[in-house]
Parts: sequence; C-alpha cells; structure tokens
Amino acid sequence: MPVFYENRQLVTPGDLLAENDYINGENTYREDGKIYATRVGLFNHEDKRVYVVALKSFYIPMVGDTIIGRVLEVTLGGWIVNIRAPYVAMLRASDALERPVRPQKDDLPSLFDVGDMMIAKIVAYDRTRDPLLTVLERGLGKVTRGQILEITPTKIPRVIGKKGSMITMIKNETGCQIMIGQNGRIVIIGKTPEDEHSAIMAIRMIEQEAHTTGLTDRVTEMLRKMKGEKTTKEVVENVPKET
Amino acid sequence: MSQKKPEKLIDEKGIRYDGRKLDEMRPVKIEVGILSNADGSAYIEQGKNRILAAVYGPREIHPKHQALPDRAALRCRYHMAPFSVQERKSPAPSRRELEISKVMREALEPSVFTEYYPRTAIDLFVEVLQADGGTRCAGITVASLALADAGIPMRDLVAACAAGKVEDHLVLDLNDVEDKSSDGADMPIAYMPSLNAVTLLQMDGMLTPEEFEQVLTMGIEGCKQIGQLQKEALKAKYTVVKEGEAEKGEEAEEEAKE
Repeated sequence: MPVFYENRQLVTPGDLLAENDYINGENTYREDGKIYATRVGLFNHEDKRVYVVALKSFYIPMVGDTIIGRVLEVTLGGWIVNIRAPYVAMLRASDALERPVRPQKDDLPSLFDVGDMMIAKIVAYDRTRDPLLTVLERGLGKVTRGQILEITPTKIPRVIGKKGSMITMIKNETGCQIMIGQNGRIVIIGKTPEDEHSAIMAIRMIEQEAHTTGLTDRVTEMLRKMKGEKTTKEVVENVPKET
Repeated sequence: MSQKKPEKLIDEKGIRYDGRKLDEMRPVKIEVGILSNADGSAYIEQGKNRILAAVYGPREIHPKHQALPDRAALRCRYHMAPFSVQERKSPAPSRRELEISKVMREALEPSVFTEYYPRTAIDLFVEVLQADGGTRCAGITVASLALADAGIPMRDLVAACAAGKVEDHLVLDLNDVEDKSSDGADMPIAYMPSLNAVTLLQMDGMLTPEEFEQVLTMGIEGCKQIGQLQKEALKAKYTVVKEGEAEKGEEAEEEAKE
C-alpha cells in the first residue's frame, strides 16, 4: 500500500518506490506488485500513479514529434539525418518535394546538403524500423539562419512551460523567434546577436534549474536585468561620443 | 615499491596484514560523472584499485551485423593499463581480459532494459589504472554507476564484491597478496541489492560446502555495503548541483531585493 518516498525526492535505479495499489508511470517498472525506479530522477506521485522525472536521458523518437535534425548523408532517394537518437532517421525525397521525384533531374544536395539543419516531423517509427521524416508541413523545412542550442530532452517540457508560458515569455522578452525540437535541439533566430545571446542564457538557466519552482519569474527577471544592463551600457558608451 | 609478502597474512587476533578485520572491506571512494565526453562515467578507488568506467549509447551499432533485432547489444571492454601492475602489462587485450569483459557483460546485462532499444549498441569501457586484486568486482561496481549516469534505464544497480578463504580464515574483499596466497579460495560475487539477485558468481580454490555457504553470505553482505555507497555516490553528483543552484537562487533573490 505505501509510497516510500516524498514528492520531488531524489531516487536511483532499483529504489523501491511503492507497493501494490499503485500504477507505474514513466521511468519505473513493476515486479511482483512492487514498483522500482529505473533512472536517477525525482520521485512523483499523483493519485495512484507513481513516476520519476529523469535528470538525464536521451531522445527516443515518437511518431508526431517535431524534431531538429542534421543531414549526415545525401543518397539517391533522400537524406540520412541525425536526430540525436539511438537511430538515424531517413527523409525520402518524395517527403521533401511534394511531387514525384525525377532522379536524373532533381538535385537533392541543393535542397539539403550534408551538415544542413532541418525542422522535420516524424511520420513513422517503431521497434523494427528507423524513423521516417517529412518536411512537407507548415513550419517545417531547412534552418537557414539563427543559432542551435542542445539540451537534455527531458528538460524540453520545462522550457516550453505550462501551456507554453515559459517559451512565450522568452519570445516576448527577447524578440527572438524560437523553434523547439522534441529531441532537445532548439533554434533561436533573433534580430541581433545580443537578443539571441540573452535567449540562450535564459534557456541555459532553465536547463540548470529545471527542478526549482518559480522559475518563470526568475527567468523574466534575469532577462529584464540583462536588457537593463545593455541599455545603461549604451548610455555610458554614448556619453563620451557626445562630449 | 616491490611488495614483500609478509610471513603471516592473518595474525592470532584475526587481523589481516593490512590492518583490516576478517569481514572488513577496503576503503571505497566513488565519483560519478567525471568524464565530459562520455554519456556516462564513474571512477572508483577501492583500496589500491583505481578504475575508470565510461558508457556511450544507446547509439547506432557498427559493424551493423552485430545488431540484435530484439534488444540493444551491450558491448563491454575491460582493459588494464600497461602501468597498472608492477611488471608492465602488454596493452593488447589478453585472454584474461577478454574473459573478464565477457563475465562483466553477463553480470550487468540482467540489470539493463536492453529490450527497450533494439538494434542499438551500449558501449561500456572499463579501464584499470591501478590493480590490487578484485578488479573485476570493482569494475562491475563502477560500470553499473556509469550506466546509471548515462540515463540508461536499469532494473537495479549491480554491486560486486569478493569473499574467500586465506590461511584457513574466511575473509571479505581479498586484495592482490591475499588472492595469490596458496591454498586459499576467492569468490567474486555481483549482486542486485533491491532484487536480491546474484548476477555473477565465480570461484577458484577449494571450499567445503559449509564454507561455501558462509563465504557466499559474507560476499552478499559486502555487496550490500557497496550498493549503499553506490547510491550515495550517484545522489552526491546531483545534490552538489542542486546546492550550487540553491545558492545561486538565493543570491538572485537577494540581488532582487537590493
């Protein structure tokens, strides 16, 4: 019946979390009616569900996820793409062209070359097949400018926040365009390098302090402060010029 | 620093030549996450043993023909540095190292959910920097921590410890000199504490069935102690981070007040 840990307590693999009446959630497993942790993380239980928020993990593809990939290889029929997962993904030329592919005429490297970054969606994946991508939907395609940031995939939900509160705030405060891939890659496109820098600082801060509360407010504060510093610096710099 | 073998390894009072009691382990120090290139890593000092472990993966498997259709392939390499022992050890993998790589893999595989990641590889490297007996046990202990540090889902941590017989006394955690003493016995055991499951059991030397039972119980007790240290080491990595942040958070609040 009992639960052996308090909410947000640190657990390690093999720790006995709960017995009998509970349902095992993510990063846990059940054996003989006992629920154990499978990863290092923070314990949580809601009603009858027991789960662990992992502190470190890696990306596992899911159908429907929007991810940010890097082209590894251009083949005759498409591209091989790194998506920061244990499996490499395939993007077929027909999923990038919206019309039949003419192998002789179509120049695939001109669409995506080795090293190019893309925002794509996973359309098919299971245990037996490597993930298949598409770039034919709105908002998908090549990343042509901006900066790429990589964080642990488990912290993506924190960067987005409840109903996107965190990410909307960062966008508003910095004026940057931000695209988040479920695989832990983030594209930041700002008007100036300074804007991009402050957005990166904000996301790094979220990654570091993901498990603390009141984070949105602290990040807002930090961004405002950075902005404040910038304006005062400009003032100081401008003074000698005017005199 | 050539080691001179003492005349007696255990005195009348039951104290071993290095000052330990019969059922006392060597001092253990463990650190987790000390290599930044690896996905997961750990380091252990157990007596004079010094061992590093690094984990990569799950990642794409090369060569492709090694891929298993239903689970991840756990590939393990146990290696002793040329300078890890008195006489230079050839860096080429020896027959002994290949065998230890295999038993290590088999000791760790039951703890890992390899079936979650079919067709991938989990690469595990165990490098012995300094050896003083019982390296396969210490190796399994660190390797298990490195796997946990890499964020690979596991049923339990695997703790390992040896027990055996030296000069007609049953002892825990034999070191190199004790291991090499004649007419003794050495029994490395790997054990999953929460599941109460033994994943490695080897033995050389001779024991009576009664002695075997006693040595096994003793070894498992040792594993439980090691298991406790493993958990502490794993938690220490994250509590340090957390405290650091708490301070930062407080500073930020203080600054905000100003």
